Amino acid sequence: MSRAGISRLWLPVLAVGAGLLTLMLGLAAGGYDPLLALAALWRGALGSPDAILSALLPRAIPLIIIGLGIGLAFRAGALNIGAEGQFYAGAIAATWIGLSLSAWPRPLAVPVVLAVALAAGLLWASVPVFLRLRFGVLEVISTLLLNFVAEALVSWMVQGPLQESKHIYPQSDPLPLAARLPQLPGTRLHLGLVVALGLAGLLWVFGTRTLLGFQLRATGANPLAAQVMGGVNTRRVFGLALAVSGALAGLAGGCEVSGTSFALFQSLSPGYGFTAIAVALLARLNPLATIGTGLLFAALEAGSSAMQREAQVPAVVVSVVEAVIIVAVLLADSAQRRRLLAEAGA
Amino acid sequence: MPPALELRGISKRFGQVEALAGVDFTLNEGEIHALLGENGAGKSTLMKVAFGLVQPDAGSVAIGGTAIRVGDPTAARRLGVGMVHQHFTSIPAFTVAENVALTAGWRLRPRQVLERVRRLAEGTGLLIDPTLLVADLSAGLKQRLEVLKALAADARVLLLDEPTSVLSPPDAEALLRGVQEFRARGVATVLITHKLREAVAIADRVTVLRRGRVVHTGPVRDETAERLAGYMLGEPMTGEPPRRAPAGPSTGEVRVRAEGLAVERLGGSGTGLRSASLSVRSGEVVGVAAVEGNGQRELLRAIAGLRRPASGRLEVARPSGFIPEDRSTEALIGEFTLTENLVLSQGHLAPWIRGPWVDWGRAERRTMELIESFAVRTSGPGAPAASLSGGNQQRMVIAATLERRPSVLVAENPTRGLDFRAAGEVMDRLRAAATDGVAVVVHLSDLDELLAVADRVVVLADGVLVDLPPDASREDIGRRMLGATAG
Repeated sequence: MSRAGISRLWLPVLAVGAGLLTLMLGLAAGGYDPLLALAALWRGALGSPDAILSALLPRAIPLIIIGLGIGLAFRAGALNIGAEGQFYAGAIAATWIGLSLSAWPRPLAVPVVLAVALAAGLLWASVPVFLRLRFGVLEVISTLLLNFVAEALVSWMVQGPLQESKHIYPQSDPLPLAARLPQLPGTRLHLGLVVALGLAGLLWVFGTRTLLGFQLRATGANPLAAQVMGGVNTRRVFGLALAVSGALAGLAGGCEVSGTSFALFQSLSPGYGFTAIAVALLARLNPLATIGTGLLFAALEAGSSAMQREAQVPAVVVSVVEAVIIVAVLLADSAQRRRLLAEAGA
Repeated sequence: MPPALELRGISKRFGQVEALAGVDFTLNEGEIHALLGENGAGKSTLMKVAFGLVQPDAGSVAIGGTAIRVGDPTAARRLGVGMVHQHFTSIPAFTVAENVALTAGWRLRPRQVLERVRRLAEGTGLLIDPTLLVADLSAGLKQRLEVLKALAADARVLLLDEPTSVLSPPDAEALLRGVQEFRARGVATVLITHKLREAVAIADRVTVLRRGRVVHTGPVRDETAERLAGYMLGEPMTGEPPRRAPAGPSTGEVRVRAEGLAVERLGGSGTGLRSASLSVRSGEVVGVAAVEGNGQRELLRAIAGLRRPASGRLEVARPSGFIPEDRSTEALIGEFTLTENLVLSQGHLAPWIRGPWVDWGRAERRTMELIESFAVRTSGPGAPAASLSGGNQQRMVIAATLERRPSVLVAENPTRGLDFRAAGEVMDRLRAAATDGVAVVVHLSDLDELLAVADRVVVLADGVLVDLPPDASREDIGRRMLGATAG
């Protein structure tokens, strides 16, 4: 028990260490100065209050919110890898409604914007839910493919119905102040952080203290037993989890538009929907741990641009670190599972 | 000649439980060696050590005189050891032939594989269509495939872990005949079994384990089933399980009423339920006698509310409780704790549920009480269900099922894989439930057990239910079960 507890605590640290070590070796082999790059990575993510408040935390918000939803879906056995598309669905809806609310009072307009984004993500994810429950189409495939549809939809929107009034750039008009999430003065940190932290707490309570949360976990662990012994409507639980995870990704899209970008454009997301899968997996689908892993990946993303600026290292190499971390965690997981299986073989 | 398999001083602990304590075991060339013992006596663990699946804390393993590295699962296989596990190990999405070829490591064209599996099936009497998908097989056919796989890899030593526990009597006999034929060809076999009659009938030697220690080993010809039972339990046993005296017509209120009930078949094999009319009253145990795949699963699951009738009428008093046949995939979630499994089984009506909330402390206290009152051997309510032996898992399942205070209790082969003491305890629990006024419907693949527990027996053959007079003889029931399957 205690041994397992220690390894669970140390594993993320070791995984991150392995990822950074791999990066350093790669940089050294490629003729870069690894220490300079690492220092830049650190400065960009955590080196100053401004880095933390304006670079790290704003990036952590979407990662945490999406990661929470993905964790919920994965726990129920629903492999939602369409968060990127659901994020865009939320962003489109938030932009569209936000632009028409300029006359509203801010405390009313912002919740409406976020609620509409949430609903859009839910709607976007309910397509795969319907396809799975009605026709047995695997959600892995349908959610993935809908990402491309969503990206195409954004591209059309910013050159068509939602294009700025001057019709020059492929982006929307900026959102009116009424539709913007309040920011901490002088920084880019917005109120979405509170939303993310609140959701993490809420989902933690849901998963550990409520019957439905427990039945959701049972559905993912063994749908047959959940149905036969627990009388759980596993199809409904599965669909609910997938739809809610879409809603959260949509909410993250709404927060991004309303709190950070204030406009819709292509590549609004630097792959948040995919990185958040890693965020959720590294957190072992635990909502509270998702806060930590969301911050970690946000730090890597924030630091990567500084690294490019200061050490001329291409920012994409950070994805090497992310990949190594994920592989390390998956390896440790499967080793642990083998050990458990061997011990349970009594 | 060195023995086919020799285990010396094998010891293994699982946490607090000492599974094996210095066990010596010798399997001679060309013999059938029965390995007996109660659930949890260490039989399966010992054979897993021999096969390299469990790393012992101490001891050595030699196969045909060659010492192997303990805990290496490929070494035993290379030296010609095949094992059939208690649990199915086939790939559902593959055909029978593909599963056999995979285990045996054949590199053949699909047509050749089919032909070879067909020949193998005929040669061993384990008849099975090699083109069927494993997902579509009944439990009986899946077990047949497991044995076929172990035989296919040119095994010289066969380890069979309760191979007949899910087979109907004629299937079991065919399998045991096959084992005897392999002895004639020089294959040495370890037969783990609960069925003493099997051991006495076909084994040459017998070893009995009790609580991880060898309490007896020797030739079978000097033994009787009663004496072997005595070794297993550490106390003498009295003869065959008794037949329950036919009771007068029950006068309790009717809790289950089915008329012309038909249910579509479950899975890909069997007949489904074509026509069943019966009523079950409060306080009686009705036994459903049937050979695998004759509609009993469909009948029981319809009564339990898990399958919708295709036609006919079915009225069942609620709440009902259901004990599914497959403990590890349906009755329990192995990686969940006992408390979590209890909470799952009780749904939203349990006392520890307040609105949407679960009071885990209260649920755990109740789990602890049930562990005590059902004498479950476990480290506590926080133990994962998979860490319990089969008999203790079943105690927990029955405890959870009765916890719902059911009007109707449906049990689907609840003694599967249990030794006779654990099986007897399950049957006592069913009887006790009936005494408390529950209407009990039970199917047991073992006819002797069914006759011992049921007030009256109905027979399902080819999906049609036949009511029998209470004084129907065992032979009559057996004939009806089998007669229709031949047709």
